[in-house]
Amino acid sequence: MGDRDDSGAGKAGNEQGKRLGEQDARRAGENLAARPGNADLPTVPSGPGEADRADFAAETTSGGGRNLPQLRLHVPEPQFRPGDEADFNHFDIPAAGAARRPDEAADAGTMRELAYDLVRVLDEEGRALGPWDPKLPPETLLRMLRGMALTRAFDARMFRAQRQGKTSFYMKSTGEEAVSIGAAAALASDDMCFPSYRQQGILIARGWPLVDMMNQIYSNKGDRLKGRQLPIMYSAREAGFFSISGNLATQYPQAVGWAMASAARGDTRIAATWCGEGSTAEGDFHSACTFASVYRAPVILNVVNNQWAISSFSGFAGAEATTFAARAIGYGIAGLRIDGNDALAVYAATRWAADRARANHGPTLIEHFTYRTEGHSTSDDPSAYRSADEGSRWPLGDPIARLKQHCIAIGIWDEERQAAMDKELAEQVREAAREAEKNGILGHGLHQPMESMFEDVFEEMPWHLREQQQQMLDEAKAAGL
Amino acid sequence: MSMIQAINSALDVMMERDPDVVVMGEDVGYFGGVFRATAGLQKKYGKNRVFDTPITEIGIIGVAVGMGAYGLRPVPEIQFADYIYPALDQLVSEAARLRYRSAGEFIAPMTVRSPFGGGIFGGQTHSQSPEGIFTHVSGIKTVIPSTPYDAKGLLIAAIEDNDPVIFFEPKRIYNGPFDGHYDRPAKSWAGHPGAMVPEGYYRVPLGQARTVRAGEALTILCYGTMEHVIESTVTEMGVDAEIIDLRTLVPLDIDAIEQSVKKTGRCLIVHEATRTSGFGAELSALVQERCFYHLEAPIERVTGFDTPYPHSLEWAYFPGPVRIREAITKIMRD
Repeated sequence: MGDRDDSGAGKAGNEQGKRLGEQDARRAGENLAARPGNADLPTVPSGPGEADRADFAAETTSGGGRNLPQLRLHVPEPQFRPGDEADFNHFDIPAAGAARRPDEAADAGTMRELAYDLVRVLDEEGRALGPWDPKLPPETLLRMLRGMALTRAFDARMFRAQRQGKTSFYMKSTGEEAVSIGAAAALASDDMCFPSYRQQGILIARGWPLVDMMNQIYSNKGDRLKGRQLPIMYSAREAGFFSISGNLATQYPQAVGWAMASAARGDTRIAATWCGEGSTAEGDFHSACTFASVYRAPVILNVVNNQWAISSFSGFAGAEATTFAARAIGYGIAGLRIDGNDALAVYAATRWAADRARANHGPTLIEHFTYRTEGHSTSDDPSAYRSADEGSRWPLGDPIARLKQHCIAIGIWDEERQAAMDKELAEQVREAAREAEKNGILGHGLHQPMESMFEDVFEEMPWHLREQQQQMLDEAKAAGL
Repeated sequence: MSMIQAINSALDVMMERDPDVVVMGEDVGYFGGVFRATAGLQKKYGKNRVFDTPITEIGIIGVAVGMGAYGLRPVPEIQFADYIYPALDQLVSEAARLRYRSAGEFIAPMTVRSPFGGGIFGGQTHSQSPEGIFTHVSGIKTVIPSTPYDAKGLLIAAIEDNDPVIFFEPKRIYNGPFDGHYDRPAKSWAGHPGAMVPEGYYRVPLGQARTVRAGEALTILCYGTMEHVIESTVTEMGVDAEIIDLRTLVPLDIDAIEQSVKKTGRCLIVHEATRTSGFGAELSALVQERCFYHLEAPIERVTGFDTPYPHSLEWAYFPGPVRIREAITKIMRD
């Protein structure tokens, strides 16, 4: 959250910042007094004034006897912890339609305020407002609505499959469906995507078969990745969906490299990449932004700020000090901060960035301000570190509900059709799961042949892998397997 | 040709033959590289194919992975092997695994060139030999030439290879072979048989060792600068050693090693890199497993010591003629 007075969304941050400052002082005092060997230290009073600090410093002779306040380490703390009542009332949300829309060719230096603003199109009544309204035809709006609903239905089914022991692991994207679906709708189908693990919506939007995705999740004999990858680490070259890696942010410089190659070749395709706000702390993020800026690479750098990196709130990636979109300013890249739960804002920003890239005006960094409604993964329990009602009180609402409301408001949709669609999609997902399970589920024997483990390490299998492959088969045979 | 000229020629040949080959790295473009390996290439092939990069090894390798995914054949340079560590995540987690994890959908056909090794008073961060870090990673090939002829032929083969290759260039022998006698005048490549380098295209296949000298008394396994130090020491000692320059560490030419040790019954392994968990340990284990009943003496290793590479004490650290002579004497006595 931006701590700037000229930023609408930043005001909330200021309030929060003040409160956090007090909390920190209290905690710092507790920690210090509790440290073994420091038992004789006085407790720091809460809300230390200059006088208090000076006294403290003198008493503890810190600073080599100089009359200086003792330094304090600031360790960020989220607003709400388990048991706290989440309350976003102070959260100042800029009005839909209020942000200006610069020309796609505009110099990055002329649009810095947009990195602290929040581009929003849909208002509370579901009306599309302002210069960022992409004015999409009804079929596109309904296709996006359907894609988001299908993503959510898919997530629900696969989460359940993990709980049923059919696979080892799953990660939902609940609450963030607009980020993937809106972007996929705005990109050309042959633009190359370098996603993180929470953009399954892109594959779904691009019509990739659900059965194929499920085969990967079940690591079964139908899995094109041959059971080598952890569930959800898809790879779909034909869909322009780059192989997902477990190592965070590595896809960022790779996307920039792909875009540079496209530019060097005089191609017309662009690249887009996604990482979470937590991953922006990785060195790859910095390297990618530098390369993207230096070579004006035709790439869209998306930061999905869903407020949480497993148990760490966005403050641990630097959100207390500034926005993630504002990172762009230092690199001389165009930066947009948008309402990530507003599918039209995601579409519009992506389209703007894509047009900018295609016209050789260089990269754009888009911060999608959203909320990770569910746990980080099936291995995570968010109730252990955050307030239980944060998700339901999130002020930017639910992306599917908001687009649905818009479609109803403009008279192309209604609740009955939504209910029927949800039912149909649930059935579609159930049918796909049934198909996929015919190929096997994890641990039930219908996996790839053992010897396939040694393939594709290199293009051709060298002698040492052939030997190890034979050894494995011999050992299995000897054990009667 | 010197080794630098041979490397430059390999890049030139491949850029001419294949429009997908691109060269990138710190100072490689206009300036032509701090060791001159890429001199003249940008002028000849343009900035879209030979370009300077920001100083970020993560970025250089990460961008090269993306270029490979697009369909190019990048040849990134890391200015010194000592500075490859920031790029390790991109090399180990990405380039090495991309083919495997995508079941062949995406590949990383890149050749990472990097000057390595000591003997130049480079101190701690211009002398290291980190090959053992890469030979430990499945999915990466590791290549180290010791002559201009091999440097060109191996580099061409590496660039044509569809797997990621770490190509370590022994910078001590860029401009001439080095026999380990640091107190004697430096030699140039002129007159050395390994410096006879054809102008055009040829390749030295990856995975094949070169027998530098056939012999019966013992087998010496080596690569890079050490090949020349050993050759000279063996000649001075008059011992009938078989010297094998491995050239490629992964995939390794196990047949050449096995045949030689079974013939001689004795084996010495020499490398500049530190000893513990160095590539010599792998070689020693392989020889022990495959040639156990032919061995007449314990396998010996002469390596860098398990310390950071020192500056003023370089010649006490470097596996030079004195240390190699001692080891050979010991093996022959056993």
